[in-house]
Amino acid sequence: MYSFNYLKPDSIKEAESLLSGADDNKVISGGMTLLPTLKQRLARIENLIGLEKCGLDKIVLKEGLLNIGAMVTHFDVSNSALVKTENPAIAQLASHIGDRQVRNRGTIGGSLANNDPSACYPAAILAMSGTIHTTKRDIKAENFFVDLFETALEEDEIITSVSLPKPERAAYEKFPNPASRYAIVGIFVAKFDSEVRVAVTGAGEEGVFRCQQIETALSARFLPESLSEINISADGLMSDIHAEADYRAHLIVELAKRAVAKSIAR
Amino acid sequence: MTEVTLTVNGKKYTQVVFDHLLLADFIREKLKLTGTHIGCDTSQCGACVIHVDGKSIKSCTMLAVQADGRDVLTIEGLADGDVLHPMQRAFHENHGLQCGFCTPGMIMSAIELIKGKPDITDQEIRQGLEGNLCRCTGYQNIVKSIQEAAKNENNLTNR
Ligand SMILES: Cc1cc2nc3c(=O)[nH]c(=O)nc-3n(C[C@H](O)[C@H](O)[C@H](O)COP(=O)(O)OP(=O)(O)OC[C@H]3O[C@@H](n4cnc5c(N)ncnc54)[C@H](O)[C@@H]3O)c2cc1C
Ligand code: FES
Ligand code: FES
Repeated sequence: MYSFNYLKPDSIKEAESLLSGADDNKVISGGMTLLPTLKQRLARIENLIGLEKCGLDKIVLKEGLLNIGAMVTHFDVSNSALVKTENPAIAQLASHIGDRQVRNRGTIGGSLANNDPSACYPAAILAMSGTIHTTKRDIKAENFFVDLFETALEEDEIITSVSLPKPERAAYEKFPNPASRYAIVGIFVAKFDSEVRVAVTGAGEEGVFRCQQIETALSARFLPESLSEINISADGLMSDIHAEADYRAHLIVELAKRAVAKSIAR
Repeated sequence: MTEVTLTVNGKKYTQVVFDHLLLADFIREKLKLTGTHIGCDTSQCGACVIHVDGKSIKSCTMLAVQADGRDVLTIEGLADGDVLHPMQRAFHENHGLQCGFCTPGMIMSAIELIKGKPDITDQEIRQGLEGNLCRCTGYQNIVKSIQEAAKNENNLTNR
């Protein structure tokens, strides 16, 4: 690793001013992605700004929305009584991210900021139409995920929390890479009073996306059988050593069926 | 550089370290506690697992400065003199190790895994060890060891 200074601001205001201090400053949350990047010398940083003392580790219910602080770890999301009652699907999603040690350190804010095309949370936040709160503004999920590893965040903008509405039914199904547990394909299905939203991670060449075909079919009848005639095009889907695009297209439908069944059984 | 004070295996240490020093390197190089192994250095293998404030973490993916003020437990902190920790004893008695390289990490992960779960199933143990790899692939006996330790813990608490 190249050398850097590690700073521990006591408030988010202070973190914000430190971050805007120089171009090669960066915030660090769980470090599960950033530290490996630094070890490989893929990035050079002047100051690392640790958010651990900024009070972003709370989970609360605010005006009917579940609000999860940016520094809440995957383990704490999976284990929180409030999350389990308000939004069991996201608790279950969190419980299958990486391994226990990754879950004990990795955070929801870090995962969203990173926008890895195979990460789990982006599918949930997009499908549930969550809002990402930052030091500057509130960003709807639809406008947040831009491209692979790219978000709407500005250089000096920090995620402070995420709010999620409560779906009537929801579930996440992942076909994990057996080594890393990242999604080869992951599907989050969320049924609201007025609409059904389905988001796909792990498959898109431009990262997480909504699948209109499946949404339309499920809006007519929210049952796994509604998807039996659906064929997803492999255009725009990733091909890599783990799976070809047409296999991913097949997985999308299959996992969506399972997610619907799981959400109904819950 | 930054001065850090942390408790490791019940003993307080204060040292001035480079901000980019990994916790695994701090433990091995500065404190000379070499029971914590570095297998992959890329957060995959779990040989470096220790506990920080009671939670298992991969010490190759955490900085020493991030452990400032925290309570660290490594494999060396488990035994009470010559008396092995129940998890260590279970590994010993069930042939839960071959070369022993993955063992410190396996044991630290296993201790957290069985907490409050005396009846943990084979499947739960295998899933709970997602973050630990054994290059000798002796998983069968590792699982057996952990299951036995879980049962013993139950007997202890029922007494
Ligand atoms: C072995 C392994 C397996 C994994 N498996 C999975 C998996 O199955 N599914 C999955 O979804 N993920 C997986 N991950 C990734 C994991 O979820 C990480 O936690 C996540 O990618 C990053 O979160 P972090 O808190 O560690 O972020 P960090 O590494 O601290 O930061 C990541 C990036 O986000 C920026 N950042 C961090 N916090 C903020 C903030 N609050 N505001 C703005 N920018 C911020 C940082 O500057 C950095 O660029 C895995 C990781 C590992 C090592
Ligand atoms: S050395 Fe830390 S996970 Fe392999
Ligand atoms: S006993 Fe040799 S690596 Fe596990």
